[in-house]
Amino acid sequence: MLHRIGASSVEELFAEVPPEGRVQGLLRLPPALSEPELLAHLGDLAARTTGTAEYCCFLGAGVYDHYIPAVVPALVGRTEFLTAYTPYQAEISQGLLQSIYEYQTLVCQLTGMDAANASMYDGATALAEAAIMAGAATRRNRFLLPRTIHPYFQHVVATYLAPLPYELVQIPQASDGGVDREALERELDERVAAVLFQHPNFYGCLEDARELCDAAHRVGALAIAAVDPISLGLLTPPGEYGADIVVAEGQSLGNSLSFGGPLLGLMACRSRLLRNLPGRLVGATTDRDGRVSFCLTLQAREQHIRREKASSNICTNQALNALAATVYLCTLGKQGLRRVAELCLQKAHYAHSRLQADAGFTPIFSRPFFKEFALKAPEPVASLNERLRAAGILGGLDLGRLSPELEGATLLCVTERRTREQIDTMVAVAAGDTERS
Amino acid sequence: MSEPLIFELSRPGRVAFSLPECDVPERPVEELIPAGQIRGDLPLPEVSEPQVVRHFTRLSRMNYGVDMGFYPLGSCTMKYNPRVNEAAAALPGFATAHPLAGEEHSQGALQLLYELQEMLAEIAGMDAVTLQPVAGAQGELTGLLMIRAYHLERGDTARTRILVPDSSHGTNPATAARCGYTITSVPSNDRGRVDLEQLRAAMDSQVAALMLTNPNTLGLFEDEVLEVTRIVHEGGGLVYMDGANMNAILGIARPGDLGFDVMHFNLHKTFSTPHGGGGPGAAAVAAKAHLEPYLPVPRVVRREGAYALSEEHPRSIGRMHTFYGNFANLVRAYTYLRTLGPEGLRLVAENAVLNANYLLALLKEDYEVPYGDRCMHEFVASAQQQAEKGVRALDIAKRLIDHGFHPPTMYFPLIVREALMIEPTETESIETLDAFAEAMREIAREAREQPEVVHDAPHPTPLVTVPVSRVDEVAAARHPNLRWTADE
Repeated sequence: MLHRIGASSVEELFAEVPPEGRVQGLLRLPPALSEPELLAHLGDLAARTTGTAEYCCFLGAGVYDHYIPAVVPALVGRTEFLTAYTPYQAEISQGLLQSIYEYQTLVCQLTGMDAANASMYDGATALAEAAIMAGAATRRNRFLLPRTIHPYFQHVVATYLAPLPYELVQIPQASDGGVDREALERELDERVAAVLFQHPNFYGCLEDARELCDAAHRVGALAIAAVDPISLGLLTPPGEYGADIVVAEGQSLGNSLSFGGPLLGLMACRSRLLRNLPGRLVGATTDRDGRVSFCLTLQAREQHIRREKASSNICTNQALNALAATVYLCTLGKQGLRRVAELCLQKAHYAHSRLQADAGFTPIFSRPFFKEFALKAPEPVASLNERLRAAGILGGLDLGRLSPELEGATLLCVTERRTREQIDTMVAVAAGDTERS
Repeated sequence: MSEPLIFELSRPGRVAFSLPECDVPERPVEELIPAGQIRGDLPLPEVSEPQVVRHFTRLSRMNYGVDMGFYPLGSCTMKYNPRVNEAAAALPGFATAHPLAGEEHSQGALQLLYELQEMLAEIAGMDAVTLQPVAGAQGELTGLLMIRAYHLERGDTARTRILVPDSSHGTNPATAARCGYTITSVPSNDRGRVDLEQLRAAMDSQVAALMLTNPNTLGLFEDEVLEVTRIVHEGGGLVYMDGANMNAILGIARPGDLGFDVMHFNLHKTFSTPHGGGGPGAAAVAAKAHLEPYLPVPRVVRREGAYALSEEHPRSIGRMHTFYGNFANLVRAYTYLRTLGPEGLRLVAENAVLNANYLLALLKEDYEVPYGDRCMHEFVASAQQQAEKGVRALDIAKRLIDHGFHPPTMYFPLIVREALMIEPTETESIETLDAFAEAMREIAREAREQPEVVHDAPHPTPLVTVPVSRVDEVAAARHPNLRWTADE
């Protein structure tokens, strides 16, 4: 090879790297391991990490322990999907392109919106991108951000908006666990680009979604809803209650928890906002012989064409996670997703009642909820969770660690995977019944 | 050969799921959810499990991946993705770990993240690393937000511009715009490198930073990089390195030693995590000590022998991701680095550069290579000679599909006409490189003698199902059809 190149050594190929910038000797990195040694080491690290394979999970707060049908990993793991790049060459990527077109359709069906992109990084960055999109579409600069949105979502939105000429206005939460509507009304004016809200919100409570959208529209602002896609098996779709842009964390749709990543950002909007939509889009077209085919389209919004005038800087997205969501939604289908949502609803309400009746928990919010709820525990949440863990149970999120006024409250989540026996055991351990633990 | 849409397979009542009966006392849904909030119709497809499996298996066969053959997509580093990476990411402790389970119960995951940070800091020649960004472009955003915070904290509020070379990736100016900066493009010199005179002319007290890819997108090492970074620093700016092409210099040169202040790695390029049809990726941002306070939170730290997630960094730019980045891909990158060790890592760069130079030597007789006889891990050829005969880079790319190869990156960088950007990576054998060069020579011959054969490409190939002929992308953009609807 060197002879063909006309070089005397590999070293010569690096001649343009200035000597002052060259690494002398080897980097200080751990030595190479063989495959069995490495897997043994990784197995040890994995064993020192709490997984829901081992623990019965009542923790949610952004990512959820929903059942992943066996067909999902079997299909998503196919090497033709796994080891492909972005489908820029349409003719040898028809499979991926068609699956993305199906994903876009499924997201529209689920949310009741007109158009969806091929995915964003996660729910939080999708919400931030939606705000920036609304700023561009309305040419206004104020955003109303209720405190009932997931605090990490709020933090990401604040980080993304900080360098831009936008103002974020925090809207407090009302005592019932929803957006403080009076405070919201006070801030609404002609400068507001969008009202953001989460429904169900961070505390699991259902917001008055339609009223929030109407309030935004009264001043000509857009309404941006962050939703739980599983809840849409049962709840009115955002397209019906008036949302202009919808985002969601899509991990629940067939993706593993994986310590919080990779996640999946769903994003959908009304047709009139399409040109402001960030990210990739797949469209149907025809080939030279008139056959239906698919390709990436409307790329004039994107960074590789528009550079600094692009609607976003996003390039790589979460394609494989979107594929998992596609297979999941096809597998669950019309009846299955509704069933999952109903099971979550029923089991969460059963646990909610039992914890109050048998373990001395008290409600802190009065709003209806879906699969998550906040309750005040009769003991410090840290010690409660410690006891639950000893019984093989991953307890709820200690809300006092996020905001002092919620000291003593725990945010619990009950998915379709939890059985009555597991819920009863959790309640018994929480009640101090040592027999059950 | 074509596959119907899953919606067209739907028939009322078909199911592919299996869910348990409700084992708790059921209450009427109307008691639990206000009437106005209960959904009516849910228009999802109704199909059986065998239909789902056949549908997506057929779709997979209409798709070309690295596991099927050579994928010399320049700038994308389509190297082999070792299967041990997949085994590691699928370990139940990792795959089912809840990110809020608590530090004391996540020590294994946090140790892995901490050690990966340390390894990447060493490779970068920098002081601190965050693994939170989930893609290269988000790494750029993280780095620029840190640069912005650095200048603002020093009261240096007049720095409103970012310099990018005219050969830069589109994400660089797009990211700078997202940070509220205006962009100045710096022309390259006739050697394909940053023109120092042009850089000096563009540099002033309004420049926040230069974003530079090194090796650059022409596959050339910026041999005057030390002078480049000196010029920017003397003007009070910082230098960001786009690490998309880091594969060329692993263990050979460290960005920190070349004067860069902050950089990102694309773990899905350089460190072998699979691309998944466009993602998920993963990025890491490495920074020198003067930028460390601005890294996003939470940070993975080590305190008294235990690993922890630290939020107490008041000067931090904030949070870039709901949790800690694309953890499963971070496991894969860690696994890759521990497989290679320091010797193996250096061999990656050496073989990547050797393979690219060999391929360049084989192709330069038939294709113009505007920037010289040597390259780093990739090179940019031009189909200009062929285009004059009516065969464009696009045609050559499509004709390569007939030979069973994925085409190179086309029409990038923008400063080369009819560009074909070729990156073979270190994981290809000499036989593959020879076969690809032979195909390229054959296409060059066809372009001279039978251009219609090239124009008609692609044709059906045995490797991958190509259910269509050339796709009309112009029509797709003119009449957007972005979703299926029932009434079609």
